[in-house]
Amino acid sequence: MPTTYSDLISDVRKSIRELSLSELKRRLDDKVPIVLLDVREKEEYRAGYIPGAISIPRGFLEMQVEQKLPDKAAHIVAYCAGGTRSALAAKTLQELGYTNVESANPGFVRWKDLNYPVELPPNLTEAQRDRYSRHLLLPEVGEAGQAKLLAAKVLLLGAGGLGSPAALYLAAAGVGTLGLVDADVVDNSNLQRQILHATSRVGMPKVDSAEVAIRDLNPDVKVVKFQERVDSSNIDRIFDQFDIVLDGCDNFPTRYLVNDASVFKKKPVVHGSIFRFEGQVTTFLPGVGPCYRCLYPEPPPPHLAPSCQEAGVLGILPGLVGIIQATEVVKLILGQGTPLIGRLLTYDSLRMKFGELKLRRDKTCPACGESPTITSYIDYEGFCMIG
Amino acid sequence: MADTATVRIPTPLRTLTGGQDEVKAAGGTVGELIENLEKSYPGIRDRLLDEKGVRRFVNIFVGDEDIRFLDGLKTPVKGGDQIAIVPAIAGG
Repeated sequence: MPTTYSDLISDVRKSIRELSLSELKRRLDDKVPIVLLDVREKEEYRAGYIPGAISIPRGFLEMQVEQKLPDKAAHIVAYCAGGTRSALAAKTLQELGYTNVESANPGFVRWKDLNYPVELPPNLTEAQRDRYSRHLLLPEVGEAGQAKLLAAKVLLLGAGGLGSPAALYLAAAGVGTLGLVDADVVDNSNLQRQILHATSRVGMPKVDSAEVAIRDLNPDVKVVKFQERVDSSNIDRIFDQFDIVLDGCDNFPTRYLVNDASVFKKKPVVHGSIFRFEGQVTTFLPGVGPCYRCLYPEPPPPHLAPSCQEAGVLGILPGLVGIIQATEVVKLILGQGTPLIGRLLTYDSLRMKFGELKLRRDKTCPACGESPTITSYIDYEGFCMIG
Repeated sequence: MADTATVRIPTPLRTLTGGQDEVKAAGGTVGELIENLEKSYPGIRDRLLDEKGVRRFVNIFVGDEDIRFLDGLKTPVKGGDQIAIVPAIAGG
């Protein structure tokens, strides 16, 4: 039995594997998949940490680690300030059944002296910690994820049926910048489904009405308004300010324009479309999955494609579809989960059935195929009148 | 019929199937199946096909696979297969 602290530490060090800082740096530079575990106290972590590290203070290790790191075969490298707490942590992890654990020796103090990269945690205010507390509790979001949401810039095409629920939930989630493109004013007939707006704001431009609702829900969100219809002449100016596009527009010419811009700019588009009782959602990530033209090479002729204005739509339908789109946007920002890339989610509200269909990249696609023929914007109104 | 497939009819085509959202049809290939659908629901072929094949704004899936990436209208159909007709919709 060890009798002193030094006996204890020396025994611990014999039972674990240690890793030099230069070797750790090499592995991070080579992007070797490891889980970097910072076991220092929260205050120490907040003053800076090794990029990519997750924080579980040593005192909470046994209680929290299985929830935060469920894979017991994962390659874990623990570190602390000097290499002692991480050695103790490594021993604990081994006792908990983690099979591939190393302890960095020395630790963060030396790492910083060596001028190796250090990351500062996001500076959430007390009010933000409170507002987003349910997010902060999720290991998949946490402070770093919430900071990503706050830094994200998402463009909503249309502040209508799909844009309404999406805008509200993205604002509530703390997406820091929301762009809204809509040329219309709020009409009484919108309120059956466009929950971003209100009876008291009938007649107001939709982008202004949306700003009122978003401000009231979450003052953290910066609203950027575009009271115009997106077209070939303004799409570059509008798109370039944003990271992700949520397509909730209501016509085919804009759908194809948005697709081509997304392919040219390699910008992800979360697509949602609805008709009467049915909806479709997918995520287009240029260069990775198919694009809208791979799915629908041509639009239907106008007489076969009545709009919601002509054909009607169940008011609740865009609620669900828009929220699925917003969920995809949040996943893309956080880099979590499996997005709907190459998958078309179909929803039939009458039968209450979801379906999933495989989408493939079309090698002959005129926009994203092997030899694209569409390399600049075309006449989209003309293109959609064919047939 | 043991060799019938189930065909999901999207909203815009239900005027041709008397409002039915799902119909049964037989055929060894997707092309044959559409010919048989046409006999029961005249006009449906024209909404799905043009002179070049499947219309470019409609996708036909056997199971979860788009026949454009299989054998097109020659894609085989087995009894019990689920066929989905998925048209482009634009509402938002």
